Amino acid sequence: MRQSNLYIILYAMGLTVVCAGLLAFASQALKPRQDANVELERKTNVLSTVMTLGEGVDIEKTYSERIREIVIDAEGNVVEGKKPTDINLGVEYKKTPKDRLLPVFEVRSATDPNKIENAVLPVFGFGLWNTIAGNVALESDFNTIKGVNYSHVGETPGLGARIASADIQDRYKGKQIFEGDNLVSVDMQKGEGMDYASDVHKVDGMSGATLTAKGVNNMLREYFQCYEKYIKKNRTSNQQANL
Amino acid sequence: MSTEVAEVVEKKSEPLFSKKNRKLITNPLDIDNPVTVQVLGICSALAVTTQMKPAMVMAIALTVVTASSNFIISIMRNSIPSRIRIIVQLAVVSLWVIMVDQVLKAYVYDIWKQLSVFIGLIITNCIVMGRLEAYAMGNKPGPSFLDGIGNGLGYGLILMIVAFFRELLGGGSIFGFKVFEAMGLDYKGNGLMLLPAGACVIVGVVIWVQRSINGYRETH
Repeated sequence: MRQSNLYIILYAMGLTVVCAGLLAFASQALKPRQDANVELERKTNVLSTVMTLGEGVDIEKTYSERIREIVIDAEGNVVEGKKPTDINLGVEYKKTPKDRLLPVFEVRSATDPNKIENAVLPVFGFGLWNTIAGNVALESDFNTIKGVNYSHVGETPGLGARIASADIQDRYKGKQIFEGDNLVSVDMQKGEGMDYASDVHKVDGMSGATLTAKGVNNMLREYFQCYEKYIKKNRTSNQQANL
Repeated sequence: MSTEVAEVVEKKSEPLFSKKNRKLITNPLDIDNPVTVQVLGICSALAVTTQMKPAMVMAIALTVVTASSNFIISIMRNSIPSRIRIIVQLAVVSLWVIMVDQVLKAYVYDIWKQLSVFIGLIITNCIVMGRLEAYAMGNKPGPSFLDGIGNGLGYGLILMIVAFFRELLGGGSIFGFKVFEAMGLDYKGNGLMLLPAGACVIVGVVIWVQRSINGYRETH
């Protein structure tokens, strides 16, 4: 009886239903907490590019005080009624660059909430194995990189996955994306251990992960181009303000 | 007739922590260790041992999965059709693995981010399937549960030893606490220890030490 085909089929069906039911229940029950974690991580990622977050910093509070969330189009104009959380970078990536909607996290001055100091720009692209994404923070000159952070889905641990580590990301600090008025972006080089301190458009590479580095370079170049109009607008207004 | 019944009752009421059952927990820690003696689960032992904290979470996760899958499979063992037993075992193991994954994602998100890919791989961890086939399919739920705990701990013990040396020598810290800095010493981390090769070396040394203590001889 235990070996009959009917028994086996019913057994397999029963097991599948029970397992699926339990998993569906667990997934639903834990979802609010998981979503909260993801949201907190997103905010931490944005903030960590522009400031050092020590332990015990209230991320939610700092984020709501300092960050203004806007969405812009390729012309650099603010799109009303949209929030960055409505924008799926992966979906936008499939559109032609000039149709993309781009989230921007403007950083308000700590003393004057109406003054925009600098901005954090989310970027998105492909590494070696899967998608990569990141946030790039510019200084108030909208040229120098203040900080970056990258995340990845499936880069090789120890090689391409190093883009998510602080020592790689720190290499981008102080690099510049403009040469005069021309956008040149920042390129991670092949090979590791070189000193590019004097070259503001080059970053030391990751040994064994040149293809991931290329993905990062393409991602940055492409998105700086998308953001170019917005960046230039702020560049000129900030320059005038500083005169 | 009555003695027979008494015997059956007596068998059933064998205490959970009898001498035989205690062995189920202590044996895998040493003479029957899944990693160093049976050489199962090596891949994750190399991958998650650069730091002690993720190694500990991984060990706990594997213990939970092995013990609960052993328990469930042992309850079901008399009803499982033998022709589909492997896939049934796989379904139960993956159920627990996904449960663990979801719980970690909800409660320890940072560690989940580091471990997520390895947690998924528990499904293919030879220890889990090995214990199900070798023990849970033929034994009662209680002892099977203990067997799972024992093997999980045996795995965890090796993981913690390896992670201790790798984190100490590779990064100069224990559980993230900078030991050498606290002692006022300047220690430059040994990069080899942070690579999987470093784990191979340490696992090898652990096996060597264990075999010389236990007097193991290779038989031909």
